[in-house]
Amino acid sequence: MLDGMQRRVVSLWFPRLASDRVLRQRPIDGPFVLTLKQRNANRIYCLNTDAARQGLRLGMPYADARAFCPDLQSHKAKPEQDQRFLSMLRRWATRYCPWVGQEDNDGLVMDITGAAHLFGGEEAMLNDMRTRLLRAGLSVQVGCADTRGAAWALAHYAEGIAPNGAALTALKSLPVAALRIEDSMSVALQRLGLRHIGDLAQAPRAPLSRRFGPDLLLRLDQALEAQPEAITPQAEPPHYAVRLTLPDPIGLVTDVMAGAERLLVQLCKKLKMQEMGVRKLCMTLRRVDQGYQQVELRLARALRDPQRILSLFERRLAEVDAGFGIDQLRLEATQVESVPVQQICHVTDGDKNSLEDLISRLGTRVGLENIQRFLPAESHIPERSFIIAAAAYSEPSDAWIRANLRPITLFPPEPIAGSGARPPERFRWRRIPLTTGRATGPERIAPEWWLDDENWRSGLRDYWQVETTQGRRLWLFYTPQNPGWFVQGEFA
Amino acid sequence: MQDLAFFPPTKARTHEVCGAGAYMFAFTLAAQLADPVIWVREGWDTRQVNPTGFLDFISPSALTICNTEDQTETLAVAEEALRSGAVSLVVLQLNKPIGLTEGRRLQLAARDGQTTGLAIIPEGMGSNAAETRWRCAPVFDPKDSTLQMWELIKNKSGTLGVWHARWDAASRRLFMVSPAGK
Repeated sequence: MLDGMQRRVVSLWFPRLASDRVLRQRPIDGPFVLTLKQRNANRIYCLNTDAARQGLRLGMPYADARAFCPDLQSHKAKPEQDQRFLSMLRRWATRYCPWVGQEDNDGLVMDITGAAHLFGGEEAMLNDMRTRLLRAGLSVQVGCADTRGAAWALAHYAEGIAPNGAALTALKSLPVAALRIEDSMSVALQRLGLRHIGDLAQAPRAPLSRRFGPDLLLRLDQALEAQPEAITPQAEPPHYAVRLTLPDPIGLVTDVMAGAERLLVQLCKKLKMQEMGVRKLCMTLRRVDQGYQQVELRLARALRDPQRILSLFERRLAEVDAGFGIDQLRLEATQVESVPVQQICHVTDGDKNSLEDLISRLGTRVGLENIQRFLPAESHIPERSFIIAAAAYSEPSDAWIRANLRPITLFPPEPIAGSGARPPERFRWRRIPLTTGRATGPERIAPEWWLDDENWRSGLRDYWQVETTQGRRLWLFYTPQNPGWFVQGEFA
Repeated sequence: MQDLAFFPPTKARTHEVCGAGAYMFAFTLAAQLADPVIWVREGWDTRQVNPTGFLDFISPSALTICNTEDQTETLAVAEEALRSGAVSLVVLQLNKPIGLTEGRRLQLAARDGQTTGLAIIPEGMGSNAAETRWRCAPVFDPKDSTLQMWELIKNKSGTLGVWHARWDAASRRLFMVSPAGK
């Protein structure tokens, strides 16, 4: 630890985080609860003080709660929004010290070592936190001690400050549950007569660890500073958005492009630092009349080169209606992908880049998923011997296997008149009378029994390459299990 | 015997091809020009090119397919691809005749991007703006199964002609000779 400086930890507990969050947005007088479907019933997830005073408690079925308290108001709980709110609080708490972590789903833990004097001492700092949170409509309990465990115990069971090195005195009279142990363990301890942390600290350690495992003593030691415990501060997730506000509105395409270039350079610098590339961009142009327009750009490949992205933006920005002028540009990378730094080599891949840019540009017109490429697949079924994949989301592959001669075009099977296992001498296909000149085959292809394909219900197929005297070279097949002749493709 | 003065047709222009052998013509042209190729087709068309079939002409990884909604979109995509110069060949499948304006725009785009364009058209629906127009039909030959008859039926800067064309898969070469007795 820091030389001569004792570590100090503050723990904040928001006992009514979820309901406080909802009530902040829309204050409601009287009992109020948030409900969530748990264990097959709609149960109380969080409640305000009025509701608690009426005798409601957490986990109670909502139907019962309504019976107790007819004027109860309720909302659906949204735990993920609560989590977002808590991470906002975590960001706010960095105003006190830089080392702030989250504790469970409803608390924060801060390492305030060396920061308390900036707020006039620990007492003043804690009071400041309380007042500010109270003003924001949040109920909070604060504990301050030498260790994370002790601070947590104080925040949850006896608000206050444990002076330096006096953790045991402060925790002595608290119940054993304040050690962050499981409920079943705390019940078992109470049955043994160890009700308070003070009792536990005096009890012999060996039988305890034999009976309860190492966890219990670890928690006790962590609270009493015999074992260290780290606080993990959470890093800010990188934010890929930049904006430019202008003193005077602009309207010319060249001006907007110049603004977009500035933003792109900034954004790409950020992306480069994180080794990321952008896949989807959204540019919001705010006009002086407070209306705004959005231009979205999807790229065929994750990029972070401002010049290349800018040239792709050009067409879309030209379509924007500037009205009386645009006074704010905001550029956000809505979808990013990791793009590791690559070694530059003397073999240029300029062609590949320009093709990818072309795909991005065409993608803005027809949709990126409509631009496709063929990938090899392992199947003898003609229509499954390749995969059609979106070009933007796949890499080309050259692992093609040259099997038998295949037609250059394929179409859904078209029936023709014919009987017998040999190709018909004369037949009509698409109203063209054709005469067989030479037939090569058969090549028997069996359906893939592990895939249920409707088109292959007719069973085996005997494929024939039929060259007609009229010139056309067709790919015919005969289905012996279900006699019939079909045309499925045409050769070069 | 070899007569390759007419094939491949002029670079940086748009050409047309019709007939049953149009697909082979397109792939032969793709094989003659360098990689990459973009193929613009309408999404509803059930007839599709088969990568295991054109393996003898070009590698399927060199081909990018673009599905469009209608012919207007096909033309717009083709124009953009031609102008970009990122590909060596743009093949577009048309179902309706195109006007002089559209044809001319394709020519200008091809010239700007130094890219060859090839429109596969239904028989008799050519545009006057095309540089050349070919009619290709497979021919029955007891000995050979790739023989085709290629007719040059329109040429803005030269004479017309008829050839027998044969693609040799092993050497990836086109053999183009005047038919006997012509």
